[in-house]
Amino acid sequence: MRDPVCEMKVGAESLTVDGYPDVGFCSEHCRSAFTADPGRYMVNAAAGQGVTAAVSTTKEPALVGAPAAGSVGGDTVHLAISGMTCSSCVATIEKVLAGTPGVLDARVNFASEEATIEVSTASLDTLTAAVASAGYTAREVSDDVDAGDIEAEERDKLYRTLIRKFWFATIVGLPVMYFSYPELFPGIPAKGTTALNLIWAAMALVTLPVMLWSGSQFYTGAWAAFKHRSANMYTLVATGISAAWLYSTTALLFPGLFPEERLRDVFFDVTAVVTALVVLGMALEIRARAKTSEALKKLIGMQAKTARVVRGGEEIDIPIDAVVVGDIIVVRPGEKIPVDGQVVSGASAVDESMVTGEPIPTEKTEGDTVIGSTINKTGSFRFEATRVGKDTMLSQIIQMVRDAQGSKAPIQRTVDKVAGYFVPAVMIVAVLTFMTWYTFGPSPALLYAVITTVTVLVIACPCALGLATPTSLMVGIGKGAENGILIKSGDALETAHRITTVVLDKTGTVTMGKPSLTDVIALGSVDEDTLLVLAASAEKVSEHPLGEAIVAGAKDRGLTLSEPETFLATPGHGIEGTVNGRMVVLGNLKYMSEKGVAAGAAESILERLADEGKTAMVIGVDGGLGGVIAVADTIKADSVAAIRRMHELGLEVAMLTGDNVRTARAIGAKVGIDRILAEVLPEDKASEVTKLQGEGKVVAMVGDGINDAPALAQSDVGLAMGTGTDVAMESGDITLVKGSLTGVVTAIELSQATMRNIHQNLVGAFAYNTLGIPIAAGVFFPFFGLLLSPLLAGAAMAFSSVTVVTNANRLRRWQPSLVKESAR
Amino acid sequence: MNVLLVNLGGLGLIALIVWYFWLSSSSAATAAVTAGGVQETRIIVKGGYSPDTIRVEAGRPVRLIFDRQEASPCSERVVLDAFGLSAELPTGNDVPIEFTPTEPGEYEFACQMGMLRGKVIVS
Repeated sequence: MRDPVCEMKVGAESLTVDGYPDVGFCSEHCRSAFTADPGRYMVNAAAGQGVTAAVSTTKEPALVGAPAAGSVGGDTVHLAISGMTCSSCVATIEKVLAGTPGVLDARVNFASEEATIEVSTASLDTLTAAVASAGYTAREVSDDVDAGDIEAEERDKLYRTLIRKFWFATIVGLPVMYFSYPELFPGIPAKGTTALNLIWAAMALVTLPVMLWSGSQFYTGAWAAFKHRSANMYTLVATGISAAWLYSTTALLFPGLFPEERLRDVFFDVTAVVTALVVLGMALEIRARAKTSEALKKLIGMQAKTARVVRGGEEIDIPIDAVVVGDIIVVRPGEKIPVDGQVVSGASAVDESMVTGEPIPTEKTEGDTVIGSTINKTGSFRFEATRVGKDTMLSQIIQMVRDAQGSKAPIQRTVDKVAGYFVPAVMIVAVLTFMTWYTFGPSPALLYAVITTVTVLVIACPCALGLATPTSLMVGIGKGAENGILIKSGDALETAHRITTVVLDKTGTVTMGKPSLTDVIALGSVDEDTLLVLAASAEKVSEHPLGEAIVAGAKDRGLTLSEPETFLATPGHGIEGTVNGRMVVLGNLKYMSEKGVAAGAAESILERLADEGKTAMVIGVDGGLGGVIAVADTIKADSVAAIRRMHELGLEVAMLTGDNVRTARAIGAKVGIDRILAEVLPEDKASEVTKLQGEGKVVAMVGDGINDAPALAQSDVGLAMGTGTDVAMESGDITLVKGSLTGVVTAIELSQATMRNIHQNLVGAFAYNTLGIPIAAGVFFPFFGLLLSPLLAGAAMAFSSVTVVTNANRLRRWQPSLVKESAR
Repeated sequence: MNVLLVNLGGLGLIALIVWYFWLSSSSAATAAVTAGGVQETRIIVKGGYSPDTIRVEAGRPVRLIFDRQEASPCSERVVLDAFGLSAELPTGNDVPIEFTPTEPGEYEFACQMGMLRGKVIVS
């Protein structure tokens, strides 16, 4: 039995409701939810049987960026139907489904074997049961993982078929190759003898199934393309192997057509061996290409399946889809955090590396945000779900990676133009080759013309060209996601490798973005710790960020604070209060003189601290000078190393800030900034970027994505720093999940590595084709008497596209330099 | 004599290739308008896109439903570069792509490798 509210399996001893004998509940919460509105949860309530929960699934169209316009009412369920043999089955299933309670409309597609059902309340179980009652089987097709599995299955099937085809072609091809060269190999009857002609006739027969079965995809592919007035690799291979077979068979059957003895030769080996090689190449390519999307598959596989939520005071396990915002979720050590949320009780360390790329677990306590699908390490805690379903950070990341992998790098647009003309151009070259050899070639000219033409057709590899960019892009963007770098498009990835100047927004990017205590200097009779206790206790009730920094600094040093007896704040100047019976004043020099504290001795120290970019205050105790306390926005731990690495990469680093020049210089000097753009108002950030672009620089802007969105948009590549779950994915071209400058370096390095890989692929593919085709046409023949064997051409062609994909897969082993460094 | 015939034949073949693949245009399908006002066309993906040229009107939402009927990885993704859209096409599943073109013109869609192509003509 199933609990109709939460869909949990429950036993016979479960809670029940009068009047619904077939329904059980896991908890009081579910039972009360049910009694409040039984109709909502009961599909077949009147019949009192086949009870199921009214959970429906909506299939998200696999696209993004498109306006979500024109969707139909209710939820849509897609079912894969098997067992249909004719189109009349369609009507049967549609009728059964339409008659099922809770179904608004049902359509069945015979060709795709899929039912599209608009539902109001009917559950998946009801729908599959209805289809089964009509004698067919149904399976939901909505889940990402499932869709991936089916795709993988199809791919495996195709791979196995190709391998079988390869073996068949090889087994036939080897003896065929042997008997094709009576001059070369021993034990073969001489040319012109009846015995050899009979062997050759047998070869013609056995290579026919090789051509038509092992090579069937060449013909279907070529024909499909031909109908669309386009041509592809299949067109070339199909023409090549057919030409070889037809010439050989004609020479064998009608020797009279060929006056010269030497023309009566056969190339059945070309047909069989080229087919075998190209089919093997295709199989290997399928395997290699599956690996290019591995990073995405890993992300999808990371999603949790169930969640332990507290409902009605009890902890129950429910499917992840049933979690709603506001649910309190319990997480134990070693478990996966199911959705995004905020910790309400307990504490633990959480491994967020799968999302942020940060290898060290993050401490989480009450009030901290947690990210779904990260792993809880040490403690137990409860959190409130804030984002579920496709709103979770991981879902958004998956969607973003998927889109980015489907986008085009600008470089590919050029390749696309070439690809559009490539195959017909090769066909023209093949015809020209034939004409040239036939006209100017040595005797037997026809034989040479046929061989070279077949070789040209077989060697050209448009696939290598086409695969060069997208495969590297897939791996590169996937690799980014693994390292907490979300690249929005191929455009962003490509532009990032041309960056000359990196502009860093100071606050929140170079620095933490909030002040912390840096210096306590005693100038009177009171020691440093006591000074800090007095200042922090007085500030305890203050809400000023500087005050908060002093309080936090005192706590960090393990000091115990007291409650101030009196407190008075003068905004913009300072505070005064009584702590443990002592009079404490804290503020600037002017405030001190107002309060009658002689602070002249502090002046030079204040100036020095200001030069260091710190905000310093004077503290007076019982009317005398106590000392100086300074706070500053602290630099993030890895900023210095990251900026050094940017310099190593040859980048100019600029810092943009609203601070005064002195403070900005102080911080800039510490981290090694080349160019300071200080006293910039928030609204002028974008125009500073424009100015730099006017100097001919390719500018990357790094900011938090909140108040510098216009500058991010203006820059050539905007990198938005995320912190926790607040990933400002919309504002940047690249989002750094972990808010540190290391990510900027990693993003630029990844872009460079990916573009290097793409260039290698493109140069390789272009060079291969531009060298291979003339060689195949026989340009070396007049000089060296060299001709390329069509068999070698087939091998070269088959492995050129595999090489491209394999080279792209090399990127999977790429590591950011700063990670490599710290691993040492 | 033979040489002349072969060369004339070759030139003829070249002319045919140029004409067939580059100069001639295939027939275009006009998208049907659904009750909801969406211009909808079903495109079969099998060695190419059928139909591969779709006529639509500007300013109205367009829905292209891609139905991939092959397992060959070449067509596993369709990219509408001009609209910044792309989608994976699982074999045997309908994948709708929606957008609203505003400017008249010709917009290409293609597989990720740019081998299979089609276009949307917006008038």
